[in-house]
Amino acid sequence: MTSRGRETIERVFRNEYGRVVASLIRQVGDFELAEDAVQDAVTSALTAWPETGVPRNPGAWLTTTARRKAIDRIRRQANYEKKLAQLEYQTRQEELADKGEDVDSQVRDDQLRLIFTCCHPALALEAQVALTLKTLGGLSTAEIAKGFLTNEATMAQRIVRAKRKIKNAGIPYRVPADDQLPDRIAAVLAVVYLIFNEGYFASSGDNIVRHELCTDAIRLGQAVSDLMPDEADALGLNALLRFNHARRDARTRDGRVVLLEDQDRSLWHRDEIDSASALLDRAIRLERPGPYQIQAAIAALHAAADNFADTDWQQILLLYDRLVEMSPGPVVALNRAVAVAMAQGPDKGLLELDHIAAELDGYAWFHSTRGELLRRLGRYEEATLSFRRAIDLTENTSAAELLENRITMVG
Amino acid sequence: MKYALLIYSDPSVEATPEEQAQIMEDYYKFTASISERGINLGGEALDGVDTATTVRVRNNETLTTDGPFAETKEVLGGFYLIDVADLDEAIAVAAELPGSWHGSVEVRPLWDWENAQQAQ
Repeated sequence: MTSRGRETIERVFRNEYGRVVASLIRQVGDFELAEDAVQDAVTSALTAWPETGVPRNPGAWLTTTARRKAIDRIRRQANYEKKLAQLEYQTRQEELADKGEDVDSQVRDDQLRLIFTCCHPALALEAQVALTLKTLGGLSTAEIAKGFLTNEATMAQRIVRAKRKIKNAGIPYRVPADDQLPDRIAAVLAVVYLIFNEGYFASSGDNIVRHELCTDAIRLGQAVSDLMPDEADALGLNALLRFNHARRDARTRDGRVVLLEDQDRSLWHRDEIDSASALLDRAIRLERPGPYQIQAAIAALHAAADNFADTDWQQILLLYDRLVEMSPGPVVALNRAVAVAMAQGPDKGLLELDHIAAELDGYAWFHSTRGELLRRLGRYEEATLSFRRAIDLTENTSAAELLENRITMVG
Repeated sequence: MKYALLIYSDPSVEATPEEQAQIMEDYYKFTASISERGINLGGEALDGVDTATTVRVRNNETLTTDGPFAETKEVLGGFYLIDVADLDEAIAVAAELPGSWHGSVEVRPLWDWENAQQAQ
């Protein structure tokens, strides 16, 4: 096979994997069996497609083949009759239904159920992230391990344990009941946001940004939003991720991080900012404000300013006031303190920081922010101490370099 | 699916007689409610941890010690067995359990013998 042919097939797999697995899990009710069967189908495709070409509807081909493979696998198990009869009946029904028009909505329902399963609060957050990337993002275990800087064996074990818990503890494959839905949607969005942030502010390692994780998160965020088109904050999250990602080329120079105020704004991707704005407008029209919409609105104000000095800090501060009401917490308060410093002066910002000093003492960004405000006030010795503390707390080498530069400036 | 709801609480927290009566009342209501819904497979309250004896057999020798070994603050005080559709329902029932308002409730699926045999 030509390498281009192989690339095409791999792209098809990545695009279709999440959907095919979701539909198989519904049909066989078992994560592991579903994934094994899809893997069998992929192996078949690798033999068949180079001869026949990629089928017109590769997702349907993979689903049908995987279903047959699942039946083969069940046949090899003991006590299979009941399970098999059930699945064969279902297969006939599905194959009849596949000829109809409802396939797309069925696929959407399967994926929606699955994302709520993957982001179930009974699973550890790292397991939620890994499962979501694997089953909905179509990433391999090795890719996920690389993204989160662990080895493949550890990640594989984490995923296996999570799947075992889903099965043995009876975590359901379904969209949660209405009274639980808001919390559970928030959990799904939080997983997507966490994946993006891990790429955007890599907490450890040599690179400050890991773009693949950012684009994976955007793809997932889009998928979640497509699944729940009326969910205002899902749109808000999508807008937020796009606003931030649009700045990627300006955020680093020669492998070093460049702060917002020093960024070359001509490098911002204007087309992406426009699409983010459109998403935010759609979210706002739904008239259900949420924390991601507020953050996206703040990002929109940054995007609208020609330079740092022209930024509408008053408006940004108002938005932070709302954000603090909506999702109180020390990290939001830290960001608000920065807005206070910009709108009202660094001394006022510093006062705000005092309120959260105890809670955020172990947080590198707190000390770097404090150092920056002290520097602006000309209190260089204290600033140096804060920057030093931030360096001690960060595991990211690129961020540490930036802080060293700050110390040189005040030294 | 069958689940055990294991109720943990801190025995050093003492309730007034009024509070105690209220807790009993809450448990009574909870038990009545899950029985009415047909999901109650039974349950018991345990006597205090100071009445417990721990048994270990090593080298054919029975060793008994006073109390439980663990030094945790919260101790097992009782349990319910319930039969519900899935973990979401089990969590919802656990949240109705008065034990989860004061201490904590551990939700554990019972070992599924049928599935375990199939897997072999």
